[in-house]
Amino acid sequence: MSIIEKTAIDVRGTIHDTAPIDPEIYREMGMNDAEYREVVKVLGRHPTYTEVGMYAVMWSEHCGYKYSRPVLRLFKKYREALDGAGLENAGIIDIGGGLGIVMKMESHNHPSAVEPFQGAATGVGGILRDIFTMGARPIASLNSLRFGSLDDPHVRYLFEHVVAGIGFYGNCVGVPTVGGEVYFEDCYAGNPLVNAMSVGLLKTEDVAYARADGVGNPVMLVGSGTGRDGIHGATFASVELGPESESRRPNVQMGDPFQEKLLIEATLEALATGHIVGIQDMGAAGITCSTCETAAKAGSGMEIDVLKVPKREADMTPYEVMLSESQERMLCIIEKGREEKVAAVFRKWSLNAVVIGRVTDDGFVHVFEGENLVARIPAKSLADECPTYALETEEPEYVRAAHSVDLSALPEPADYEEVLLKLLASPSIASKEWVYDQYDHMVQTNTSVLPGSDAAVLRIRGTKKAIAITTDCNGRYCYLDPFVGAQIAVAEAARNLVCSGARPMGVTDCLNFANPEKPQAFWQFRRAVEGMAEACEFFNTPVVSGNVSFYNETPQTAIYPTPVVGMLGLIDDCDRRCEQGFKAEGDIVAVLSGGPLSGGAASLGGSEYLRAVHGMVAGAPPRLDMAAEKRLQDCVLGAIGAGLLASAHDCSEGGLAVAIAESCIAGGTGAEVELMAPGPYSATLFGEAQSRIIVSAPVENVDQLRKLAAEHNITFTAIGNVGGSKLRIGLNGAKLIDSDLETIARAWRGAIPAYMVG
Amino acid sequence: MKFGVIQFPGSNCDSDTYYAVRDVLRQPVEYIWHQDTDLRKFDCILVPGGFSYGDYLRTGAVARFSPVMGALEGFADRGGLVLGICNGFQILCEAHLLPGALTANVGLKFICRHVNLRVEHNRSAFANECREGQVLRIPIAHGEGNYYCDPETLARLEANGQILFRYCDEQGSLTDEANPNGSLANIAGIVNERGNVAGMMPHPERASESVLGSEDGQFVLKSLVSALVKA
Repeated sequence: MSIIEKTAIDVRGTIHDTAPIDPEIYREMGMNDAEYREVVKVLGRHPTYTEVGMYAVMWSEHCGYKYSRPVLRLFKKYREALDGAGLENAGIIDIGGGLGIVMKMESHNHPSAVEPFQGAATGVGGILRDIFTMGARPIASLNSLRFGSLDDPHVRYLFEHVVAGIGFYGNCVGVPTVGGEVYFEDCYAGNPLVNAMSVGLLKTEDVAYARADGVGNPVMLVGSGTGRDGIHGATFASVELGPESESRRPNVQMGDPFQEKLLIEATLEALATGHIVGIQDMGAAGITCSTCETAAKAGSGMEIDVLKVPKREADMTPYEVMLSESQERMLCIIEKGREEKVAAVFRKWSLNAVVIGRVTDDGFVHVFEGENLVARIPAKSLADECPTYALETEEPEYVRAAHSVDLSALPEPADYEEVLLKLLASPSIASKEWVYDQYDHMVQTNTSVLPGSDAAVLRIRGTKKAIAITTDCNGRYCYLDPFVGAQIAVAEAARNLVCSGARPMGVTDCLNFANPEKPQAFWQFRRAVEGMAEACEFFNTPVVSGNVSFYNETPQTAIYPTPVVGMLGLIDDCDRRCEQGFKAEGDIVAVLSGGPLSGGAASLGGSEYLRAVHGMVAGAPPRLDMAAEKRLQDCVLGAIGAGLLASAHDCSEGGLAVAIAESCIAGGTGAEVELMAPGPYSATLFGEAQSRIIVSAPVENVDQLRKLAAEHNITFTAIGNVGGSKLRIGLNGAKLIDSDLETIARAWRGAIPAYMVG
Repeated sequence: MKFGVIQFPGSNCDSDTYYAVRDVLRQPVEYIWHQDTDLRKFDCILVPGGFSYGDYLRTGAVARFSPVMGALEGFADRGGLVLGICNGFQILCEAHLLPGALTANVGLKFICRHVNLRVEHNRSAFANECREGQVLRIPIAHGEGNYYCDPETLARLEANGQILFRYCDEQGSLTDEANPNGSLANIAGIVNERGNVAGMMPHPERASESVLGSEDGQFVLKSLVSALVKA
């Protein structure tokens, strides 16, 4: 039963006849008593039902960042933006030649937990709108996904429908889904993570602003009609999942990618008329958010009439109209007198375009229902003055316990080849073809490196340049040490881009954590942001946009802290892009590393080997020496730029053996390598020491590579040659692995399909 | 020589197709809005891929009632060259400009990947730049590409040489494994009896530059140019 149904209060009440709101009501909306008192203070009276709904959603963590904002100030650009010009322009990465890239990532975790298909689909739709509302054409989507173990049938249901939902939406809108990541780990069983990222291209001079400037300018609602779907979706995102979450299905929005496709084309065409003063997409909190934010940003005000809003359901109350999260809508502020010109563009694309109000100068958002004034709220109080809280932090006890496990005392496996096959078939490592085959990753004909390599590469039409994009985060590392784990996420993302030949440029993040009101979870959040902020400054990859998703837990368990990094890199010459697959028979295989070849037993901490073979999540994450990492990346970037390398592949989950196997599979060729390193064999083969890149190169380039490595103070270790139809790995003279390429490829390719048949 | 690329609401390969003609073939090309009905200036019309009208109801089912489709029928009657790619193929079938229908892929999933196509013969306007039996590497991206027609139609297609491309393995063999969507007789592309209207599920425009991983699509696109030059 909805709040409206079980209360007898007048949902159409005007601001002139308000009375105290029953605490049960505002609490169910997610507002606490102190916040309610603050609302009364700001308004100088009790709020109407509509108003309390608007405050509840704008002051939720999802919209208002009431818990995370104080910590997010650690991100340099965010801090500068909050203190200065606002968050807007911070999101543009200049790639030269008058072109800019905008990118953003956002979570749709809770909707996807209860309605995986629509939850994931609308996640894609929402993030695309964030991009084209800035005047950029969306050119690529990525997804960072986390699920429980595929042994669980409910997890398979979630996985299958999330992927189908992403494909349903992304394929239809004609934006290629070019990359991302999928991990499987028990802690995500009841609370999957669905983080959608979108990347757009614009001429920097064409950037559009989410500002309601110009008193008297008409305010136009364009796109789909408004229905009852998604009311309080943002509030739903700001509580833990529980047994009653299934009843939240009506809070999940429904996506229509066809409408979105029309909206993309119409919006970009309408912006090109030059008559749109300001524009904002509607996501969380719908009309409430877009009206108050555009007004607050411009220091103006706005009045609208909910009766003028095109609706797709009868008898909607002002409360429902203001809170609806119906998809595929935008709010435009039009130059007065040009409404018809702009509306004509939307009508050409068969979309609604209706003037629902106008810009005022009094700082208030006035919401009318015909003659009745149902809300009158200072715009800034809704948009910018959400109360923030400094929450307590406490290091969880498991951290110390996990770090104290002695990893050098573990027994060695009897058969290393069997371990390799097991790791290759571990769903987190195995081929994700089953996933990306369902996504159109080629539309727009710019995708120059298809999914499956270290990063997706897209050429920039009309230039010699290309961009590389990746998402990264190892949640297990972050669980064991959120500070180091988050730094590794940044370092690895950068390393992936570098392996593609791209210079890392900037970051968007999606910070997925458990309930922040629990000090242990907030400690994880704070430490992760500290680590990420430091690493982003070190690698000169500023966080230009991002999203926080809290309350990712169920009564059974909390998720691992999962601060996903989406990173963009620039390739000056698209012809100099690089991929992970070995290319030519006889090429030398080498490891470029910031430290020794093997990280020893300690590098098994948090590894896939430790989980898959010993059933343990323990130890500390691998050590990260950021200075060595930077030198390694500069070295490899130089080598690719000079045309010295045939392939480059980041060594990550599964260690050296898995990375070499992946380069073999991608290249369709075998390799023979001989490693020399102290320490347990398992650590050398499967340890996940950072700052290592597997490269292959024509023999005649080796001298130059050695020289380049020496110049960067990087270790160059030649380990073997490309060729044959087998992968042979020896270690300190012992022959440990001798597998047919076909066998390892089958293990790697067949793993996920084997779970998903029938 | 002028190419036209039709834009329906929901078309999403229109600009890719446009660029392939303009930048790869270096031929004059214009967009055709779905409301337009005057096609006289065009020599070849491309019906691009995408999700016209959201592909609601059934793929291509709504698009066929667009004003431009009536004009396209006249254009084809006059002997103009028409190539439908992916959703374009589906629309041409719905409009009965081509026989048969495209139903849901056998695995019921959308599939995007490079596939191999065998060129059945090079006598058509759509494959005259190919060798007979040549294997082309061109990507598909569709959820409904499973070609079906009744046995009589199939017999007629075979007898008349109306089958242009079939899914095959790297060596050109027509195996079941090489058939990504369950199409009857591995059919990937067909032409009408008159030889001027063709449809194919694979996307030649996505395989027209080396930076995209294959240039084999050029064989198809350049065939159109050759056919128009000879005409």
